[in-house]
Amino acid sequence: MTRRRAPAMPETLVEKIAGAHAVGGTAPAGATIQVDVDVVVINDGCGPLAFEQFRRMGVNEVADRNRVVLVNDHFAPAPTLAAARLLNAMRQFADEQRIPHFYDLGSGGIEHALLPEKGLVRPGDLVFGGDSHTCTIGAFGAVGIGVGSTDIAGILALGRTWMRVPHTRRWDFVGHRPAFVTGKDLVLQLLGRLGPDGASGEAIECGGPALAGFNLDDRMALCNMAPEGGAKTALVIPDQTTEAWAESVHGSPVGIRPDDDAVYVSRETIDVTALRPMVARPPSPADAVPIDAVAGLRVDHVYIGNCANGTISDLRQTAAMLRGHRVAKGVRLIVVPATQAIYRQALSEGLLEVFVSAGATVASPGCGACFGGHMGLVDAGEVVLANINRNYHGRMGHPNAQIYLANSYVAAAAAVAGRIIDPAELLRDEIGVG
Amino acid sequence: MWVSGQVVKLGHNVSTDDIIPGRYCDAFDEDRLAEHVFESMPGDTRHRLGPGCLLVAGRNFGCGSAREHAPLALRGAGVTGVVAIDFARIFFRNAVNVGLPALTCPDFVHAAEDGAFASVDVSSQRLRIGDRSFDANPLPELVTAIRDAGGLVPWVRQLTVPSHDSPGTPPK
Repeated sequence: MTRRRAPAMPETLVEKIAGAHAVGGTAPAGATIQVDVDVVVINDGCGPLAFEQFRRMGVNEVADRNRVVLVNDHFAPAPTLAAARLLNAMRQFADEQRIPHFYDLGSGGIEHALLPEKGLVRPGDLVFGGDSHTCTIGAFGAVGIGVGSTDIAGILALGRTWMRVPHTRRWDFVGHRPAFVTGKDLVLQLLGRLGPDGASGEAIECGGPALAGFNLDDRMALCNMAPEGGAKTALVIPDQTTEAWAESVHGSPVGIRPDDDAVYVSRETIDVTALRPMVARPPSPADAVPIDAVAGLRVDHVYIGNCANGTISDLRQTAAMLRGHRVAKGVRLIVVPATQAIYRQALSEGLLEVFVSAGATVASPGCGACFGGHMGLVDAGEVVLANINRNYHGRMGHPNAQIYLANSYVAAAAAVAGRIIDPAELLRDEIGVG
Repeated sequence: MWVSGQVVKLGHNVSTDDIIPGRYCDAFDEDRLAEHVFESMPGDTRHRLGPGCLLVAGRNFGCGSAREHAPLALRGAGVTGVVAIDFARIFFRNAVNVGLPALTCPDFVHAAEDGAFASVDVSSQRLRIGDRSFDANPLPELVTAIRDAGGLVPWVRQLTVPSHDSPGTPPK
């Protein structure tokens, strides 16, 4: 980490972390700086092009092979010959550059879920990834920033890159968490207020006492969808939950907070007590409304799984809805645990038995249909409910499919009912299905 | 460096899923990607593109994924540059890095009509349409340097490869 001078101004969390990595000192919001990168994360969709660009940069060896994480998750297992080539290109690069942190089928899962699981990220880290949802790790007090293949190549070559330090919008959550309201609903709430570009280029910083009732899986969901409001990154201010994780994984406390008098673009408080589960309507992730506005809508296809919502918490929520029920006639439910370890844990907790008995399809860990790559594309006119992060035209297949986004409770309940319902109805009553 | 072309006008929030669906991103050949550009977007955008067109878009152009396939697909389809009210940050970085001109100029966007002929001086960030001129938002110095080098690959080569092999090595 680069040594830095004591700053003159109070700093937000992202200013502190960027400053700690800035080549040449501090990092006030708005400044364009060069930064040293702690970890660079690369998936199979981004990597092979990055490796070609890297070779063109006149460099033979990566700057630091211990700071590189390679993950086969987008097109894994390979649905096409071209994809098989991508996965092999990742293996070859890992081999050639002797990269220790390489996660292939059977040992890994989705990149953003793997980083904390394998202890590859620390609070206060600055991480760049070849994927827009690198910000998911904000749940662990680290700054994650998405970039494209050629930027990744530059980081492989130089160990550093440039960034414009973002201004920050701060939200503090207070009150008591209602049943069936998760981290996903918090971020959908924010997106409903921001719109598709309300936080363009900014950082989102989340705090407040109510977050103590939201676990790390919830916080991954909260940080994951920041780009859907235009944000560069998102962070949850480290608290006891983060400290406990940092201690257990790294044996050291976090010790990083924003200054009390840091300057924010906006600072708002949200009382979670009255929040409802939220649903984002197609074709915009930011068109988020309370579930009551779309209750009763028939669904054809339900997808549970992605970098932020394939966690063990999501799988437990799904099982809570499915237990004792079956997927409605005419509806398909696909469930994708985010990592091999989560898959195994779900197996040992009996969750997979619940899924399979209910008539769900359980697929191998990976990005799969979230980005429309494979593992369940959808046809014209189909109505989809997914706990993923984007619902743009054609996101999961045919451009005329309609994709609604919601949390795992809502998605699983809809799979049983064949329509969008309040999850509370499923636990309270037996309902007519089909 | 000048680029020019016929304006193809788009709206707000054109996403990377609009530009190139994820299932085609298992390869990065520009010509192959160009076959599928704007395939999922409602309307006839994909048929309006051709060699020598200038995309003119509203807010948040290129929102969504980090896929570099997006500017590559556009260039493969004949797009000479993109002018927008503003850009999603990753698309903008990708465009600069691969050498696809990307300029932020709300006034130009409001003035440009579909089908009109426009030209852009990328180095000075000056745009012309009819008898009107506009200045795009200036870029940070470092980003200008990357753009002027032709993209991130030549820019990094200036740092990693000694001067006898690359033109215009920057002073130390």
